[in-house]
Parts: sequence; C-alpha cells; structure tokens
Amino acid sequence: MTTVFYIASAIALLSTIMVITRYNAVHALLYLVVSFVSIALIFFVLGAPFIAVLEVIIYAGAIMVLFLFVIMMLNLGEVAVQKEKEWLPKQMWIGPGILSGILFVLIVYTLFQGEPQWAIVDMIGPAEVGAELFGPYIIAVQLAGLMLLAGLIAATLFGKRVKFKEKKEKEDS
Amino acid sequence: MTSVAMEYGIVLAALLFSLGLIGIMLRRNLIFVLLSLEIMLNAAGLAFIVAGARWASTDGQIMFIFILAVAAAEVAVGLALILQHYRRYNTLDADLASKMRG
Repeated sequence: MTTVFYIASAIALLSTIMVITRYNAVHALLYLVVSFVSIALIFFVLGAPFIAVLEVIIYAGAIMVLFLFVIMMLNLGEVAVQKEKEWLPKQMWIGPGILSGILFVLIVYTLFQGEPQWAIVDMIGPAEVGAELFGPYIIAVQLAGLMLLAGLIAATLFGKRVKFKEKKEKEDS
Repeated sequence: MTSVAMEYGIVLAALLFSLGLIGIMLRRNLIFVLLSLEIMLNAAGLAFIVAGARWASTDGQIMFIFILAVAAAEVAVGLALILQHYRRYNTLDADLASKMRG
C-alpha cells in the first residue's frame, strides 16, 4: 500500500504540472481529472474512503463538468490556443517559479525539523464522519448551507445577460 | 493497516500547492487561474486528510467536506464572473479587468 501512495503521488504531481502548462483549456481539464482521481486513491490509502468517493463525485465529476460547460459556452477554438501561446513565453516561468520554489523549500525545511511522525492508518468510515459532522459540527454544516445558497444567488445574478446590455447601451448613448 | 510517513503526505500537499501558486501567478487566462485555485484548495484538503490520518481523527475529513463546499461555491461564482467578463471584453484576458468601474 505504501508503493501505491508513492506511485499515485507521482501521477498527481505530473498531471498537475501538465495542467498549468497546457495551452488548450480542455486538455488541462482532462489532466486535472486524472490528478483528482490519483489524489482520491491517496485518500483511500490514507484510510479515508468516504472522502475518496466525495473527491471523485464532486471534484472530478461535478466541478470539472461545470468548467467544461463554461468552456463549451464560450466556444473557444484554435484562435484561443494561439493567443494563449502569445501570453505565455518561456521566460515568464522564471519569476513565479523561483518564488514558489522558495516557499516550498521553506515548508519542507520547517517540516523536517522535528522527529519523523509515522501515520499508522486506521480506516475511518462514513459512519464516524457523519456522526461527528451532525453532532458537534452542526452549526458549521448550517453555515455551509447558507454559503452555498449565497453562492447560488450570486451565480444567478452574475449570470444574467440582459442587465449588462441595457447598461452598455446607456453608456454608448 | 498501512503506514506512510506523515511528512511525505504534507510534502506532496505543499508541492501541489506550490504548483497551483505558480499557475495563478503565471496564467492570464481566467479559466486557468480558476483551475489553479482548485488545485490549491485541493492541496489544502490533502494536508487536512494526512493530519487526520496521523492522529486517527475524523476532524480532518470534516474539514475536507467544508473545503469541498467552499470550492463548489467559489467555482459557481467565479465561472459566472468569467462569463460576464467574456461578454464584456470578448476575451479571457485577466489584465483587462483592472478598471474597477461598476
């Protein structure tokens, strides 16, 4: 099982690198789905089967399909890929790469200061998580529901087409 | 069952987070910026799960569920904003959204 962890993390890292280097948005999405599935495998190895299932259903399923819908609505073609190549010359990678690399080295440095901690993994199933979630964390669950409602209202408001056009005509006249 | 050193899990989460950070700083296409945000949120959730496995506690998994809800709400609002931006400027260039006029 430890080997599974290492292979899955290698796949996750490689496919994430592919996500941020692609020019075509749909290709990047497909690589991100691969990355999410391998991270779901890591969750399973770490003894969180419920979270592994949620990762596949919600992240790799729902959220990625939402991205796909928007990309299809925007109807970007070859032109967008060409423009993306213009926006992303090779030397652009240097600055952000160095800064993020320094941050990463700092995290690893502070992490390995103490004694190595071994995670002895027990399986924690959905029953325990659900009992805890609807017990002490019930207020947080209700707050999350409120936040999702607010997100829904905001998305429907921003998604409206009519309101903006009227405004633009006013600006033009 | 199995034993994986906690540090390796956290290092993996840190690597994924750094990759997402590079993506946010680098890309001008708004869709890629939102994808990189997803990568970063997912890496934070991975760190929670690894810590939860280390101390055999359910709290890590519960925090992941909340992160999932935040990610879903953020993506819905973000994608609606991207659509609005595309209708206004007919491009996905993030640099054009710097005027701040209603």
